[in-house]
Amino acid sequence: MLDLYLDARSGVSTYMQIVHQVERAVRCGVLTQGDRLPAAREVVAALAINPNTVLKAYAELESRGWVISRAGVGTFVADTAPRAVAADVHDRLVRSLRDWLSEARREGLDQGAIEALFTLTVDATAKERVA
Amino acid sequence: MAIVLEASGLTKRYGSTWAVRDLCISIPAGRVVALVGPNGAGKTTLLHLAVGLLTPDAGDPLVFGWSPRHNPTLVLARVGFLAQDRPLYKGFTVAETLRMGRESNPKWDQALAEARMGRLEIPLNRRVGKLSGGQQAQVALALALGKHPELLLLDEPVANLDPLARRHFLAELMESVATEGLTVVLSSHLVADLERLADHLVILAGGRLQVAGDLEPLLEDHRWLVGPTEEIGRVGGTVVQAGTGERQCRMLVRTPAAPRGWTAEPATLEDLVLAYLGNPDVCALPQPEAVPA
Repeated sequence: MLDLYLDARSGVSTYMQIVHQVERAVRCGVLTQGDRLPAAREVVAALAINPNTVLKAYAELESRGWVISRAGVGTFVADTAPRAVAADVHDRLVRSLRDWLSEARREGLDQGAIEALFTLTVDATAKERVA
Repeated sequence: MAIVLEASGLTKRYGSTWAVRDLCISIPAGRVVALVGPNGAGKTTLLHLAVGLLTPDAGDPLVFGWSPRHNPTLVLARVGFLAQDRPLYKGFTVAETLRMGRESNPKWDQALAEARMGRLEIPLNRRVGKLSGGQQAQVALALALGKHPELLLLDEPVANLDPLARRHFLAELMESVATEGLTVVLSSHLVADLERLADHLVILAGGRLQVAGDLEPLLEDHRWLVGPTEEIGRVGGTVVQAGTGERQCRMLVRTPAAPRGWTAEPATLEDLVLAYLGNPDVCALPQPEAVPA
């Protein structure tokens, strides 16, 4: 079962934090197609938040195609949700990313420079794929 | 949308002091309402008027469409009220306290109340006076929830509780909202708590209504604007609070859009509460609905 948490200082609204955490859990394979999300009542009891906030987050996830709610049964990760990468692929990618990061740090790049370079490269390759 | 609690021209005076003055209020069903205001703004008076503990000088409040003073049996069976300082008989055991709830409420759910005490590991044979502050608050909440109220009024329920006890109390409260779908009106100074709990905001100032409405549209309407002081005249809408420097100013404004060249940042519930409390002459009230011709 997914454990949701809240970061009060993040500046991100509570419902958006829930949306992001569920998306991340699906992308990393913590939740897979058909898994049940915690019931609104369970989230509310754990986080002491307004139940409507949870329902709003789940509705947003449903409209994005990540989850599907079945009345009276619960909310489940939908078949249309993106599939997590396989565990071995995930591990291989993390390893090469770590290698790349240590090289960048050796070359004297700080956190901000690393993030900027990463974002720029992601955007550039996205444009190349479109073109 | 069904209205649970409404009043028009509600007024209560203590001698020459106006505790509540010409208040028009309307609380929709199913909301968790944050009732906010400085001490002496009229929050407790409003809650006491809503359950008929006080007689208004004008404008009888209606709860589920009935006057709590003239039709108490129609109102009070459906309303739970937790007064400030959580009054309980300290010499009663927890079991005796629940029995009091059973004897005085025809719709009392003994199984629910006992299950709640069991889940919170509060011994039924313990005297209330021997319980921790957090446990006493939970007993008081169980007493208020045991009759399955449709409206629950709480007057600063978590004041004097340590952070963990406060969290447990509020989690218990929100779980009841999730399972029973009840309407909650909660007065509190703890804005960080209200940020997570409330979806409707009511601010009182000097006995009058200053802000009322669903939280989401209120937050969407308000934003922080930062821009050059010399262009301050271009800012439309209602300025709630302004910090004006020689060159730059930063203002909390109720406006649909920022002027060109100004930066806009979203406002939080805490921003709204602090800004309105600091500027009691500025109001954000719903427009009266158009009367059909």
